[in-house]
Amino acid sequence: MTSKSDLPQGTLDLLILKVIGLGPVHGYAIAQRLQQVSRDVVQVPQGSLYPALHRLENRGLLAADWQETETGREAKFYRLTRKGRAQLETEAASWQRLTQAVGLILGMAEGGVE
Amino acid sequence: MKWWHRLWRRKQMEQQLDRELRFHLDQHAADLVERGLPPGEARRQARIGLGGPEQVKEQCRDARGTRWLEDFLQDFRYALRTLRHKPGFAAVALSTLALGIGATTVMFTVVNGVLLKPLPYPDPSRLVAVHGKTETWNVALYGEQNLAYPDFLDCQRDSRSLALAGLLYDSGTLSEPGEAEHVDELGASSNLFSVLGEPLFLGRAFLPEEDRPGGAPVAILGYSLWQQRFGGNPAAIGASLVLDGKRYTVVGVTRAGLRLDDEDAVVYTPIGQNPAPYLQRRGPHPITAIARLRPGATFIQAQEELALIGRHLAQQYPETNKDRGFAAKPLRPDVGDVRSTLWLLLGAVSLVLLIACANVASLLLARAISRERELAMRAALGAARSRLIRQCLTESAVLGLLGGAVGVSLAAIGLRPFIFFWPGSLPRAEEVQVDWRVLLFALAASLASGLLFGLAPALRAPAQQLEQTLRAGARTVAGTSRRLHSVFVVAEIALAVVLLVAAGTLGRALLRLSSLQPGLNVRNVLVTRMALSPATLANPGQIRAAWKDVLERARSVPGVQSATMVDTVPMREGNNQLGYWTTADVPPENKQPITLATTVTPDYLKVMGIPLLKGRFLNDYDRMGNELAVVIDDVLAQHAFGRQEAVGKRLWVPDMGPQPVRVVGVVGHVRHWGLAGDDQAQVRDQLYYPFSQVPDSDLRRWSELMSIAVRTGIDPLSVVESLRRSVRGATNDQVIYEVRTMQQLASASLARQRFLLMLFGIFSSLALLLACIGIYGVLAYVTSQRVPEIGLRMALGAGSRDVLRMVLSQSLRMIFVGVGVGLGIAFAAARILEKLVAGVRSTDPSTFAIMIAVLVAAGLFASYLPARRASRIDPMSALRQE
Repeated sequence: MTSKSDLPQGTLDLLILKVIGLGPVHGYAIAQRLQQVSRDVVQVPQGSLYPALHRLENRGLLAADWQETETGREAKFYRLTRKGRAQLETEAASWQRLTQAVGLILGMAEGGVE
Repeated sequence: MKWWHRLWRRKQMEQQLDRELRFHLDQHAADLVERGLPPGEARRQARIGLGGPEQVKEQCRDARGTRWLEDFLQDFRYALRTLRHKPGFAAVALSTLALGIGATTVMFTVVNGVLLKPLPYPDPSRLVAVHGKTETWNVALYGEQNLAYPDFLDCQRDSRSLALAGLLYDSGTLSEPGEAEHVDELGASSNLFSVLGEPLFLGRAFLPEEDRPGGAPVAILGYSLWQQRFGGNPAAIGASLVLDGKRYTVVGVTRAGLRLDDEDAVVYTPIGQNPAPYLQRRGPHPITAIARLRPGATFIQAQEELALIGRHLAQQYPETNKDRGFAAKPLRPDVGDVRSTLWLLLGAVSLVLLIACANVASLLLARAISRERELAMRAALGAARSRLIRQCLTESAVLGLLGGAVGVSLAAIGLRPFIFFWPGSLPRAEEVQVDWRVLLFALAASLASGLLFGLAPALRAPAQQLEQTLRAGARTVAGTSRRLHSVFVVAEIALAVVLLVAAGTLGRALLRLSSLQPGLNVRNVLVTRMALSPATLANPGQIRAAWKDVLERARSVPGVQSATMVDTVPMREGNNQLGYWTTADVPPENKQPITLATTVTPDYLKVMGIPLLKGRFLNDYDRMGNELAVVIDDVLAQHAFGRQEAVGKRLWVPDMGPQPVRVVGVVGHVRHWGLAGDDQAQVRDQLYYPFSQVPDSDLRRWSELMSIAVRTGIDPLSVVESLRRSVRGATNDQVIYEVRTMQQLASASLARQRFLLMLFGIFSSLALLLACIGIYGVLAYVTSQRVPEIGLRMALGAGSRDVLRMVLSQSLRMIFVGVGVGLGIAFAAARILEKLVAGVRSTDPSTFAIMIAVLVAAGLFASYLPARRASRIDPMSALRQE
């Protein structure tokens, strides 16, 4: 296993929104998917996943209902509301801008030495 | 889902949360088993992965956003439970608070009803009063100026922004149906009820054509007069009544409780058809004008318009209207001088509430200290300090609210008796009710009290030195808490000093005022207003004959020794003020000294028992054709002539005609403004002039204002009925009304002082009682906490007297600091009383000394019991307690 980094503050919500944006999904699957997609680089503390889900639901970004899984058990499935989708778009865009800017700054520092 | 929805379905939410987390764990464990872990180990791994399920649940609950409410409900239930478990504490704290909040609520209810509530008409903020405005008019002395009827009509016609209605306060003899009786008569313009926005209860308002000279004689009845005279029968509409000898047809009845006058037993008549000459001129100003802003018009527009109309009239009628303008003011209820009394009482009663709060605070503090271990334990288990403070505050808020609820019930019960005891009649008493404003006030007072008495104990919630607290046990009293306790006691005593000194100051004032001589002999004098038969008022000769006849008949009533006519009676409402000067070179009106002027007949001095100091009193020689004679009191004599002989001097009184009047005698000063008010009154000079020299042109008006007074050899009230019968006159419609004895008037002139003293007496006794309970409670608590220490002292040789002295001196220190703090405030309070209550003098060291002695004695008495208990401690058992 490579060294894991903690999530930067505030990104957990964005990641959760992104994962749920792909289709209705339950809490455990979100945890699994985050771990798989990030190739185990990002450590998602499972304990803070649920409070985050409840908070986003409380803010009206997520909606939830109980559905059957493939294994036939009832689970709480989350999906994005319209407000949630809008939030996802703005946050993703601002994240892109931020990382680009950070990348530029890092690149420039190397160029300066030449 | 809304937050209250979530709160409502809390149980379901909890179940779902549980299921969600269980699903996560099961799924994770299943995955791990698939990868080859044994089931037990898989479950363990899954649980580690998620973290403690309870912590996760807590965080999820926090995320729900209803946490504060859930906590509050929890704290609320907890608070109720602890109160139930300590019934003694709950009873003392609740009854203290209920008394404080209840008394404050009663006072606020009265303040609200009398001072704060808007007028009881639709859209009252659009109503304005229109006054006359002249430079020379002294508003402070005479009140706002009314309008001349022709001026009123011009304003009514020319104003676009105001709908003006006029009122004329008058009275008359209602002789049919039923017994002849004097009633209030209100002249009204036809639009009065539509301007007020008051539909009539029955019938219709006046028509514009009835509000003109020669209009059909119609009248509207006040509700209670309708009840009295027509038995509440709707057939009254169309029936007739006779007022001042004129027959009117009833066209309407007003709703119950509509009050444009002190009473609603009134007859409304159209002003426009009143033929009285003073309504045709621009000189006299009898009309009270009320107006409503028309839709879209502003108050400023109305002001400007009125100013413009005023300028036009001044140009048109310079003789009467030069320098006269008109001004609009928002219409406010007329409540007289009640305002200061009410605020004074509300202030006093708030002090009682503050004392109650201090008391409860010290009780709570004692409890907080005994709960210190419990709180420390909870802090050690991870409760945040803010959470503990919140819990303590919730508890005190619950206490405050419960106390407030009991207090409001007390207030609702106590309100009517309180108004009943109000001296004279409380203006707008019918408006005094518990309404939403009162409830809001009580709620705010309860919560504020809760915060006030709960804050100090709550802030003691442990933050540091947890383990010390946990180890120390509940018995040690930290120095800070003892200091805090003392602060409460000091505050209570300081507030009690203020109330006691205020009560003492009022008591002294009342004692002093009651011993004052009114300047006349109030025993066995009956005064009553009197209305002649309307038929006699037509001609001056008849009027003079009628009054002569009335006096002769009054004199012949068995028990009556002498009888006189008089217009304004000492210590009764109503006075006549005239400017005067000692030379013919009379300065303008607002520069003249002013005297009270009283119309009398020769027997007045005998009836009232006023001493004649110099010269002679008015007699039968002073009649029409002879030189105008007046008698003055020693105050006017001193003002006008100083040390010179006043008898024989002349005075110029513009209102009595251009020629001077001759001073024929000097009599003693009479406390016209009441026993209390006369010393501070602005106008104290007094002048008497004979009814026989009132010019014929004024006779009718004067006759409407006359009273008769008789001196009796027996109880004056026992002659009332025979007097009433004997003056009825040939047509059986001469009536006496407002019958009083001079003793009643003298006593009523101190009613306000007596009432204030009674209430301040009650408040200060309450304050004293609460302060004593506070001292007792604190000392009992502190000494019980010091039992081991005292035991040790006694084991080391201290006698029981030493212990007694130690505890008493501790309490004396608190008492004296409290007295010291309170004295300063008390002095300021006494100054306020001096300003607001006639006859009170603030700088009276003996009052302060007596009240402080009372307080110290009571305080020592309250501390004696705990001190004695401490002094009887058995050292052995006390030490074993440790």
